[in-house]
Amino acid sequence: MAIADEPRVGGGGHGPSRDGMPLEPEMWPLVKSTYDGKPHDLATVGDAIGEVVLSRPQPRGWWVGFLAGFALLQVFLVSLAWLFYWGVGIWGINVPVAWGFAIINFVWWIGIGHAGTLISAILLLMHQKWRTSINRFSETMTIFAVMCAGMFPLIHMGRPWFFYWLTPFPNVAGIYPQFRSPLTWDVFAVTTYLTVSLVFWYIGLVPDLAALRDQARNRWQKIMYGLLSLGWRGSAIHWRRYEKVYLLLGGLSTPLVLSVHTVVSFDFAVSIVPLWHATIFPPFFVAGAIYSGFAMVVALAIPIRKWYRLEDFFTDQHLDICGKVMLATGFLVTYGYFSELWMAWYGHSLYEWGTTIERVFGPYGWSYWALIVFNCVIPLTLLWSKRVRRSPFWLEICCMSALIGMWFERYVIVITLTRDQVPSSWGRYAPTFWDYATMFGSLGLFLFLFFLFIRYFPMISITEMRELLPRKQGGGGGHSIMENAP
Amino acid sequence: MSTTLPAPGTTHGHGPDDEAGGPKVYGCLAEFPDADSLIAATRAARAAGYSRMDTHTPYPVGETADALGFPKSEMGVVMFIGGLTGACSGFLMQYWDNAYGYSLNVGGRPYFSWPSFVPITFEMMVLTASLSGLFGLMALCGLPRLNHPLFNSERFERFSKDRFFLSVEAEDPRFDREKTPAFLATLNPLSVEEVFE
Repeated sequence: MAIADEPRVGGGGHGPSRDGMPLEPEMWPLVKSTYDGKPHDLATVGDAIGEVVLSRPQPRGWWVGFLAGFALLQVFLVSLAWLFYWGVGIWGINVPVAWGFAIINFVWWIGIGHAGTLISAILLLMHQKWRTSINRFSETMTIFAVMCAGMFPLIHMGRPWFFYWLTPFPNVAGIYPQFRSPLTWDVFAVTTYLTVSLVFWYIGLVPDLAALRDQARNRWQKIMYGLLSLGWRGSAIHWRRYEKVYLLLGGLSTPLVLSVHTVVSFDFAVSIVPLWHATIFPPFFVAGAIYSGFAMVVALAIPIRKWYRLEDFFTDQHLDICGKVMLATGFLVTYGYFSELWMAWYGHSLYEWGTTIERVFGPYGWSYWALIVFNCVIPLTLLWSKRVRRSPFWLEICCMSALIGMWFERYVIVITLTRDQVPSSWGRYAPTFWDYATMFGSLGLFLFLFFLFIRYFPMISITEMRELLPRKQGGGGGHSIMENAP
Repeated sequence: MSTTLPAPGTTHGHGPDDEAGGPKVYGCLAEFPDADSLIAATRAARAAGYSRMDTHTPYPVGETADALGFPKSEMGVVMFIGGLTGACSGFLMQYWDNAYGYSLNVGGRPYFSWPSFVPITFEMMVLTASLSGLFGLMALCGLPRLNHPLFNSERFERFSKDRFFLSVEAEDPRFDREKTPAFLATLNPLSVEEVFE
């Protein structure tokens, strides 16, 4: 059929990747790689991704990750039970440092979540088609990371069963939340973020679930994926609506993700604590969030793509690009550290400068230097090298380092409360066993959910990978969601 | 339930309103090997005057939606109205709660301190726009619907794998149990079959 030469009408495909045009670099791996000795086509893309959940036995690595997550989840449940029995006194929190590990872990987890939205929404709007290989994976990471994040403010409440007091609902006491407080903004920001991430993720999943439904040979799989796919039948009219919704959700999620971490940073910046009351906090927090989030995406993707032999889809080129994003955001974060020191010195504020000296050389100075080493020194020297960015082992080291470093960043910020303006209110802070148990336990919750996800859902978008296939191989020859959504 | 026709034009039915009590005909389904031939077939069927048609593809093929006469979706309007509703109600909620419902004096600031209401107004806008996108999509597409007649076709399940389908509904005024499959067979399909309700 010589239709490809015919000019396309309406909104159909103004895309840059028609027949005869040079291929997008993101498509090279799928063009070059083969499946059972043949070049990829529509069916093999579905098989390679779908078989992971439908028929292939799970690799040993999956069992290791899943059981590790499951064991840590038990630690989490025990620490929660103990917490609900005794109250927050089992933690090391005290009067100068009233939030402690709860807010450190909250900010750390929610920051990790942000990379998923960046990859799925912002890179979608920017026509970064390489995102297709990792967007499902990282959107899922977002959802579970936000769930873990949301646990911490809830369990820090003391009486978590009254969590619904955070919401404005008509009640006999006639009391409503204080909407001038960033803590109330946080409630709305985080719940909206979780809901919108779920909607975005699920809408993206529906056509893939339909593909699994039709690919499944087992009755239970057919029923489960059939129910979840809502009876999707790939209608042109449905696709057109679907593409529009997907694009608009990308457009809505982009300011949303920036607003969420901005609001999280307002929790600190709106106060008058020295070094917290800073206008650089919102961009600084957002950059740090993306830094740690990319680190988590890559740290998870490197072993998983090896276990499932999905290197065709998640290539070394992807590692390279993620490494570059980490390099850029890492330097933004480093600029934030520099700016904090500079402003404290240049601002001639006694308290700002005094707190800075305490932060860097005081009793908790070791944590500041740990932050600098893990966040700036190790990753930002290594990641300049292309060989490091393309080496799974060394990139994994950089990611782990950034994850630890970003945790220390929040630790350093929270611990500032031990030395504020008035020396009479100075104090110490030491986490207890239960602080650590809750923190590592939340990692268990995350891993447990994540490994269940890769067992039961397609971890790469089948539909979008098929769109990326060149036309000659039966695919869409590009990504229509951005170029074809009137 | 489905019958694959040996050769188009050899059916001997009595039209969609079969009074003999046989299964009701939903329409005709033609299978194509790739997107380009489906696009050509959809345009040809449209030119031949068929209007109640649909295509079923593993990934969006926008040209077929254009050819079907659906150049623009309504979702933008749906989500805009949803978002506007959320933004207005979010703002009014904060205004009423903090200025009337439980007026709280914080450091002598005015009760109606609108700049501090901006973040939640924005979050509510995003929340309701997204939810109206999800529910609007489902409502307009008539999903979830697990029992669509097309699923009666054995071949149809390959729409989500590597085949491209064109369906012509029996409700189309030009639909004819003999002429329509014969016409579809001229468009170089892999197969043409009749689908029953």
